[in-house]
Amino acid sequence: MIRIAWLVAVKDLRIEARSRVLLWQVLPFGVISLLLAGLALGPQQAGKSSAGPGLFYLVTLFVTLLMINRSQALENAPGTRASVATLGLDPAGVFLGKALALTVELWATGLILLAGSVLVLHTALVGSVEALPSILVTLATLAAAGTLYGALTQGGDGPATLLPVLTLPAFAPLLIAGERSFNAALHGGALWEWWVIVVVALVAYGAVGILLYGVLEES
Amino acid sequence: MEGTGVVRLAGAVVLSRGFPLLSGVDLEVERGSLVVVTGPNGAGKTSLLRLLGGLDSLSAGQGVVAGIDLASPDRRQLRRRVGWLGHEGSFYADLSVRENLVFAARALERPLEDVSSAISRVGLEHRGDTITKQLSAGQRRRLGLAWLLVRRPELWLLDEPYASLDDAGRGFFDQLLSDVLAGGATVVVSAHDPLRSTGLAPRTLAMAGGRVVS
Repeated sequence: MIRIAWLVAVKDLRIEARSRVLLWQVLPFGVISLLLAGLALGPQQAGKSSAGPGLFYLVTLFVTLLMINRSQALENAPGTRASVATLGLDPAGVFLGKALALTVELWATGLILLAGSVLVLHTALVGSVEALPSILVTLATLAAAGTLYGALTQGGDGPATLLPVLTLPAFAPLLIAGERSFNAALHGGALWEWWVIVVVALVAYGAVGILLYGVLEES
Repeated sequence: MEGTGVVRLAGAVVLSRGFPLLSGVDLEVERGSLVVVTGPNGAGKTSLLRLLGGLDSLSAGQGVVAGIDLASPDRRQLRRRVGWLGHEGSFYADLSVRENLVFAARALERPLEDVSSAISRVGLEHRGDTITKQLSAGQRRRLGLAWLLVRRPELWLLDEPYASLDDAGRGFFDQLLSDVLAGGATVVVSAHDPLRSTGLAPRTLAMAGGRVVS
């Protein structure tokens, strides 16, 4: 399982590094969304408003949905699905590999968006750095859940446009916990209770993905 | 099921959302043989190959492929024993020829030397580092054959393998098929028309409306 996971993760990251879809399409979209959020707040409110973490996670949600679609699209190119299926890869390994690659991509994007939120939304630098570990764990959890739901909507004949609707109930608690955690780092408050929610969700989605990814791929 | 063939189907039915893709196919294919499935578009050729490859499930009837019961819920064992070459392309477009083959070799724990020899065998020596999406359709087909050479399946399922191949490519392909058959593998090919090769002596099946008609 670990061997296949590593193989799939390296393959996905290599494809991403070569195609540069993340760099030239997804990231500019995220940065523009962040700029628009900053403009919506206006110069008087930026830095004073507590909306910064929420806007950061809203933009992260948009970017995550794009990247989940991209991650699944790699496997669904005409003919690729059938050829790779006949390799008989361990589905648990495939899930872990795709989730790992998506996590790395989300971390890279998240770091840039976090820097952007410091610049554009004027979130406090020290608080943003303190929030970084919780942001990384939240993004990893979004990647695990997103990989699972991506297979559900794109495996077989599933409509990819259902992804935002289907993921909303799964993502909402994660985004709320991530936002609360970020806010706690910025303005003080209980940080760890939000952490627990995200970590438990990460373990749960990881376990469900390992157990059920094969079923979802076949559905 | 009785019989010794590497493929044994009895009344095989495949439904897709209630629509029959295969409507009761009986088929036995002996190990080491070449079978060409012909028929017009929509006859069920690709559906038959997908069933044999464990890519689609059996809706009714019985079937055993490479010793694996098609009714088995875990189709991965079957898939590992077959090689599939579809007519669309089949690979990661942003990986190079070599990277695609190394991925397959590592997934199946084959030695990496097999990759270099497969690339040479299909005549892509100078294209090893070319990104797959930059290959011509005929070169992609050769990459598909290299993918199968690395995999060394016991049952080769080739969907319209002559599409996009020029005369030289067809000759090369026929030679490769001869070698594969000599090595003991079984090959099932789908084609619109009977095989043009003169060097091979395939058994030809005609399909229409999801059934084998002759």
